[in-house]
Amino acid sequence: MPRYTPPEQSKAGQVFDIAVVVVAIFVALWLPLKLGLAGAAKSIDALDAKTWEALGQNPTMASIWEKLGYTPETAHDIIQNRFHYVIDWPTLIIMAAVLIGYFVFLFRASDREYRDVINEKFDDK
Amino acid sequence: MTVTLEPAIHGDRVSLLRVLGPAHVWALGVGIVLVGEFTGWNFAADKGGALAALIVCWVVGLLYTSVAMIDSEVTSTVAAAGGQYAQAKHIVGPLMAFNVALFLVFAYTMLEVSDAILLGDTIVAKAGVEGLTHNSFIAATIVVLAWLNYRGVLMTLNVNFVITAIAYISIVILFFSVSPWTQGAVLKLNELVTPGNALPYGWIGVIAAFQFGIWYYLGIEGTTQAAEEVRSPARSLPYGTMAGMITLLIAAAMTWYVCASMMPWEYLGITYYPLWDAGKLTGSPLLENLLFVATLLAALASANGCINDAARAWFSLGRDRYLPTWFSAVHPKYRTPYRSILFLLPIALAFAFIADLNQAITFSILSGVLQYTFMSINIVMFRKKWPLGSIRRGYTHPFHPIPAVVLFCLCVVTFFAIFLGFGSQLIAMVAFYFLISLWFHFYRYRFVRRGDQFTMPWPKPQGY
Repeated sequence: MPRYTPPEQSKAGQVFDIAVVVVAIFVALWLPLKLGLAGAAKSIDALDAKTWEALGQNPTMASIWEKLGYTPETAHDIIQNRFHYVIDWPTLIIMAAVLIGYFVFLFRASDREYRDVINEKFDDK
Repeated sequence: MTVTLEPAIHGDRVSLLRVLGPAHVWALGVGIVLVGEFTGWNFAADKGGALAALIVCWVVGLLYTSVAMIDSEVTSTVAAAGGQYAQAKHIVGPLMAFNVALFLVFAYTMLEVSDAILLGDTIVAKAGVEGLTHNSFIAATIVVLAWLNYRGVLMTLNVNFVITAIAYISIVILFFSVSPWTQGAVLKLNELVTPGNALPYGWIGVIAAFQFGIWYYLGIEGTTQAAEEVRSPARSLPYGTMAGMITLLIAAAMTWYVCASMMPWEYLGITYYPLWDAGKLTGSPLLENLLFVATLLAALASANGCINDAARAWFSLGRDRYLPTWFSAVHPKYRTPYRSILFLLPIALAFAFIADLNQAITFSILSGVLQYTFMSINIVMFRKKWPLGSIRRGYTHPFHPIPAVVLFCLCVVTFFAIFLGFGSQLIAMVAFYFLISLWFHFYRYRFVRRGDQFTMPWPKPQGY
């Protein structure tokens, strides 16, 4: 197999490639934050009666909350801020398809590139 | 046929220094991870309750034991900087290697960001001064640690060994100070974790808790990044990694027991300082101050190790031309990948100022789990392409393929756990990796020399 000689990349091309990667990193990490998609999907189940009993706290728990500086009023939003685990099947299927598609592409494309590497490396011997 | 293990050789350029021993490998791995006991693991209680946090501590411990076993075998054989990146390059192919390097850079950079935010927030909370923000502490932490990494790996990891040991000892001191053998005096587990609140969301909460259960141990696989700088990779890497894993399992169990016995699960699930809070709740100023200092030291050790690892992954990408070769320069005096260290510095700073702790941790966990999924498949391919006896391995892990199957199954569960509450971030991250992979495969790869990527003195893989 003839040895592959990569083209020389200009300085401007190298700078451009670095910029592409940096922009992609920022978009991937920053965009979910900007769009409000990041963070936990929680909501507060508000209670009318804000007492330790109503909040499901026994005397030991209540004494620790108070030691930490909380009252039933200030602890209410912490205790009642809950996850609501409802499986959204369409989103789950999309997520699974994206993940499986990504890994299938990775392994198949990698294998094509790997065969070139092995052929060039071991044909020299 | 058996081939002797030799270090990877990369031409006659200035190379990284081989100066590290098993203690440094331990300091790198445990140093990165131990901060997870000081913050992060407790968000598992938020997602599933206190008992769920304990269950995932054990089950995710199994996941990481599999990671450590698999990693020790492959890395003790592929002795090159970049760790899992170098493994992917030799076993799966260039595109996978490119992705794995990005997983590493993202996981470690976001972990570094989390550490810096934790350190800044802890100092601000302790100072209690109105108007004081964490920004200057974050910037100082990231810049000073980048400078330390710039100046040399031996000094960097010597510092890590000392501060990690102090932080670890503080957990042991706290554990024995609260009379762990007696309930009712300081510890009140029976009254705080009751049949009614142990699993507030049921078993789906346990699965959801896997996401932050990862934080008990995330980063232990970073020991492999030192492969090109340890004096004896075949001995030091398995020994340092497995010793680190045992250390962390003990620390995680002690941390859960003390914290779950001192705080209601609702508070435990949202606090940024579970161990420092535990120190405060003992009523002892000495313990409170000790745990405050230990929280800072754990954050410093972790950020320090993360800068070390992310820079080496980025450096490896440059050395193989996956990214411009400018990044592959080694400092002529300090023998460190200084350009990679400096390049990643502003990226870490930027995210430290725009993300909060919870989000930065999630970004890091996502990249980590993608990497572990790769590792479970990678070891199966490694054994198939080079069966036992065909090359010399520094360490051969037992019970293959059980650890790989366990790791893969636990990764699937963790993806589902991330979906429960953080699904949008997962899809955004995978979309990024998919698009950047297309860019690499169809454009960037043309600048890569094909045969030069395979640097190990191994025979041709079976099936090729």
